[in-house]
Amino acid sequence: MSVRQEIATPAEADAALRAAIRQREREAFRNRWLLLAPAVGLIGCVGLLPLALTMIYSFLEPGTYGGVTWSFSTGAYEQFLFDRDLFDETILTFNPSYVIIFARSIFLALVATVGTLIVGYPTAYFIATRPRESRNLWLFLITLPFWTNLLIRTYAMLLIIRDEGLVNALLMGVGVVNQPVGILYTDFAVFLGLIYSFLPFMVLPVYASLEKLDFRLVEAAYDLYATRWRVLRRVVIPATRPGIIAGCILVFIPGLGAYITPELLGGGKKLMIGNMIALQFGTARNWPFGSAAALILMAMVVLMLFVVMRRSGRQMSHG
Amino acid sequence: MSSDDGLIEIVNVTKAFGTGERRFLALGGVNATIRKGEFFTLLGPSGCGKTTLLRLIAGFELPTSGEILLDGQEIGHLPPYRRPVNTVFQNYALFPHMTVAENISFGLEMLNKPKAEIASTVERMLALVKMSELAGRRTDQLSGGQQQRVALARALAPQPKVLLLDEPLSALDLKLRKEMQVELKRIQHETGITFIFVTHDQEEALTMSDRIAVMAKGNILQIGSPSEIYNAPAARFVADFIGDINFIEGQVVVAGEKTAQIRLPGGQVLTARASRPVEGPVTLAIRPEKVGLRHADDDDVPLSGTVTNLVYFGSGTNVHVDVGLGADIVARATAPKVALGDRVGLDLHVTDLSVLAE
Repeated sequence: MSVRQEIATPAEADAALRAAIRQREREAFRNRWLLLAPAVGLIGCVGLLPLALTMIYSFLEPGTYGGVTWSFSTGAYEQFLFDRDLFDETILTFNPSYVIIFARSIFLALVATVGTLIVGYPTAYFIATRPRESRNLWLFLITLPFWTNLLIRTYAMLLIIRDEGLVNALLMGVGVVNQPVGILYTDFAVFLGLIYSFLPFMVLPVYASLEKLDFRLVEAAYDLYATRWRVLRRVVIPATRPGIIAGCILVFIPGLGAYITPELLGGGKKLMIGNMIALQFGTARNWPFGSAAALILMAMVVLMLFVVMRRSGRQMSHG
Repeated sequence: MSSDDGLIEIVNVTKAFGTGERRFLALGGVNATIRKGEFFTLLGPSGCGKTTLLRLIAGFELPTSGEILLDGQEIGHLPPYRRPVNTVFQNYALFPHMTVAENISFGLEMLNKPKAEIASTVERMLALVKMSELAGRRTDQLSGGQQQRVALARALAPQPKVLLLDEPLSALDLKLRKEMQVELKRIQHETGITFIFVTHDQEEALTMSDRIAVMAKGNILQIGSPSEIYNAPAARFVADFIGDINFIEGQVVVAGEKTAQIRLPGGQVLTARASRPVEGPVTLAIRPEKVGLRHADDDDVPLSGTVTNLVYFGSGTNVHVDVGLGADIVARATAPKVALGDRVGLDLHVTDLSVLAE
């Protein structure tokens, strides 16, 4: 392309080369940003912008009929921990009710995570050990519930476990109990509902890591005198730890913010974080407090993720 | 048939996979006795059933019929973790989430050995395979040869009665493979453990084994020392699979106790070694290095012909001679003084020319 420079001095050649490299770097930089622009735009519009709005709202005062009044206040965050005295606004008394809601949510989400792991791991193992041709069918069946709206699935669950439902009819028909067992509107019902709706989120990542598992390792462990249980504990579970961690994160985080399940199956009697936040934007008309609660939830999740990542990262590198 | 020094006896073992029309007989009635302390090799092409036989001894598969005896005890139906037998896998199958030392101690831990014993055994095994410096490494940071050594140490640590090796050297490059062959022999000698080694590489089998079982299509064709297998192959397949060999077809004219006179299609008569009385059409076999090159006009040469090809391979030259029998006969010599088109005589000594069992 360029004319051959037959009498270029070494210094001139160097300068030309440097200019060409600079030019190419500039082009690469521009191309990179052009290619990234759609993704950055999307993340900005649907991720960062709402987050920024939530953050701004959390530092404002609630409007009387919903919405916000534009004056700075940390009241929303104070409300999370303290009650303001009705007569003297400077007196704050500790109010544990929101902390209790958070603690209960974390507990239920944890139990649901453990529950889905206990049900999901054997399920994933079963699928991963089927012949290759039939595995897709099993996976399809696992994801089948996603084809129906969560609300409808939860109502179906409600019909099954209510006093006149399938479970109680069966128990009474067989004669195990005379009175219907009150399952609906208990923590247990919420727990059941959470396991039911989040099971695929556990099964799929665990399956992905089990499918990659080299089953010759299992043979090697058998060969080295490990019984079935010890093969599972010493070889299969450690080798599939990344899938287990991914599954737990995928169940725990949405479980923490679950809204429909506790509302319908728990009867909305005991609030969970999700219901509490929804309440603030609805009936309670306290948008700043709702925003603050959402941000506190997010901060907790990020913190927990950070801890899990650090710990599992360390286990990865130290064996 | 039980012999005094038989450690493992394989009695009429068959193994079939699948059912109905897709039923496939991987082993069709195999018998073998493996002696205590020997280096026993299962040799054959892929699909001959050698790995299946190994997996039956390890316990990963159960025999369809027949018995596997270890020290006179039937073990064929036991799960792998109840057999005093360990395996070195083809691709090593080292536990990726454990260090070298943890891999080696795994079997001992599963046997609930005391901690102090485990530690000293692991150290001894690391020294045996010369991996002491890398005890704390993760296995994915090791080279192929190093992984091979760890796999060996891991399988030897529980001091099994028999060590099974499933083509353990096939993933290594040639130079490393030669090194590991020597290492394996040394380790077998030092530990005194019986090795059952599976390979498709005939050279590997010949150099390492005390005895070889040559397998084809789910059957053992011949069991014998490397020199027996090489010099007195019992079947055409064995002769063909191991090294290079010339086959000559002919008709028996006179059959004796140890020898037979065979007439070739061209009318020449050869005297060959026969382990049993033979008759009718037979195949003779002779190794190229046993075929002597002579002058064509010597009186006593049984065959003569024209040189059609000379193939040089470093330590010698293969001289292809057309004697009018269809296929050329190959003679191997260090520095033959012949040229293409020369007429040469071929000397086939009776001790080197054997009649194959069909």
